[in-house]
Amino acid sequence: MDLSAINPVLLVASLMVAATPLLLAAIGELVVEKAGVLNLGVEGMMIIGAICGFAIAVETTSPALGILAAMLGGAVLSLLFAFLTQVALANQVASGLALTLFGLGLSALLGQSYVGIKPPAMAKLNIPVLSDLPIVGPILFSHDPVLYIGLAIIAATWAVLKFTRAGLILRAVGENHEAAHALGYNVVRVRILAILFGGACAGLGGAYISLIRVPQWTEGMTAGVGWIALALVVFASWKPWRVLLGAYLFGGLTVLQLNLQAAGIPIPVEYLAMSPYLITILVLVIMSADKSGAPASLGRIFHASQ
Amino acid sequence: MNFTKLLASAALVAGLATSAVAEKTKVGFVYVGPVGDGGWTYEHDQGRKAVVDAFGDDVETVYVENVPEGPDAERVMTQMALEGADLIFTTSFGYMDQTINVAKKFPNVKFEHATGYKTADNVSVYSARFYEGRAVQGHIAGKMTETNTIGYIASFPIPEVIRGINSAYLHAKKVNPDVDFKIIWVYTWFDPAKEADAANALIEQGADVILQHTDSTAPQAAAQAAGNVISFGQASDMAEYGPFPRVSSIIDNWAPYYIDRTKAVMDGTWTTTNTWDGIGPGMVGIGEISDHVPADVKAEALEMVEKLGSGEYHAFTGPINKQDGSVWLAEGETADDGTLAGMNFYIEGLEGDVPN
Repeated sequence: MDLSAINPVLLVASLMVAATPLLLAAIGELVVEKAGVLNLGVEGMMIIGAICGFAIAVETTSPALGILAAMLGGAVLSLLFAFLTQVALANQVASGLALTLFGLGLSALLGQSYVGIKPPAMAKLNIPVLSDLPIVGPILFSHDPVLYIGLAIIAATWAVLKFTRAGLILRAVGENHEAAHALGYNVVRVRILAILFGGACAGLGGAYISLIRVPQWTEGMTAGVGWIALALVVFASWKPWRVLLGAYLFGGLTVLQLNLQAAGIPIPVEYLAMSPYLITILVLVIMSADKSGAPASLGRIFHASQ
Repeated sequence: MNFTKLLASAALVAGLATSAVAEKTKVGFVYVGPVGDGGWTYEHDQGRKAVVDAFGDDVETVYVENVPEGPDAERVMTQMALEGADLIFTTSFGYMDQTINVAKKFPNVKFEHATGYKTADNVSVYSARFYEGRAVQGHIAGKMTETNTIGYIASFPIPEVIRGINSAYLHAKKVNPDVDFKIIWVYTWFDPAKEADAANALIEQGADVILQHTDSTAPQAAAQAAGNVISFGQASDMAEYGPFPRVSSIIDNWAPYYIDRTKAVMDGTWTTTNTWDGIGPGMVGIGEISDHVPADVKAEALEMVEKLGSGEYHAFTGPINKQDGSVWLAEGETADDGTLAGMNFYIEGLEGDVPN
């Protein structure tokens, strides 16, 4: 065992990177669910974002354009879900699952000519003085811009949901769509906007994997992050800051257990491998002992005539 | 034409149609990852394509990708058998019991399970001696490491993976007594993000060689980003990451075997077999050793490939002790296939325990 081989600064820096795709996908889904819609297609939207972002970044050699394309790709795919569930009033669970399958298949098709290609690198933040600070520099001031965007989205989502009229309307739609409708709010429009936001966030999360974290395109490369994001939203009791905590906890433990294995710590590998799932769920479940529950209209179909 | 006659002729046509279809040999493939993984599953699919090329219209192939190693696999195999497959290749270790279960229900369908050890009247097993390739990798890695730290991304603690670790370590140690292996078990065959994280953790802890026993090219990308780390292609050549960081590779070549076995089913000569081929018969290929490797190391590696291929040298030749110091192989003794097939121990010098 050689714990000194683990560099805590690098560890914290890499856990932030590992947590970001999960964080982005989960905060998007949180907004969707707050509006009363259950979209199980997160995995599908992520992988579409991963390939759209990758393809555009390679073609234009601009990672920023790739990131935009990823958000657009995720949002366009989620529009399909919005059409099925909000206009055609299809079952949300079935539509979401279909969206995941469709996304995985379509991304494999789109990505065929991008296997083995290297994407243009996303420049890392480099602030003179600040980025060079010991310890604080590598942890806080030398990441890629998307990581900060992710943190900003968490803060913005929290503020909008808590302090603004728009957030109030969104929550009203999610808690009781009939009442919101009776008050004159356009339930379907609010929900479609929320679904689009969720799609864009998931797409961004996917592109983070294909453009920054790995960076390459491989079929099925999101490998289940979308499903973990869905679970995270529930365990985080639909609260933005808990999503952040959960994502960092999960990402952190994932990276930490890999590091501990490499350092040869004498804990059986099986326990290390399951620790991210176990500890994240445990912490969030204990925290959610208060009365916060799911949005009351979650997953229910709304039609103005009802 | 009266109605009965019409029915009779319809039945005749239908009968002809079925018999025409029945003449086609239907071969099914169950894959653990996507065909575009650039590694393990990609090579199995190349084998499938070779079967199509070899037999053309006489054969029909079907495949299902991303099949989890659990009850789902059984469902997929059953579905294939019900749809008339004559021969089914199940291409991951974790499909072993499922293959045996489904084979019991369909005695007329032949099954071929990759890297397993359970056979039946209609179940053959086949695998490749990847550990021969690992010996070559270990040699190059031991010669080239400057930090004396080699990172190893392992998937599941099964004999095939443990053999690879032991073989690589044995040959790295032989040329570099100071070498140290850091092993990470990721418990997945395919998860690019996790593989990349594991590679980065190893690199951050000083590894300048990354060996992987997972299927995606993500560790190659991590090695490339680090800039001073070499890597080896796994299952497939992964030449797009050459000549550096990828300096060589182990290539699985299933095509000849798949063609042979399909032919055997067509001819009715199929019998239960246990195939375990290495570099010699060509089931394991060593990808081109790039010029990033010093010429003398390259020459030694090629010589080893040659000797492994001809059978002059066995990758596990004594003296070799087990991790606890007890003697496994005496001087000059070579490992028998039975021990290798069930290998569940580290050799002397490796640190840590093999997970259960």
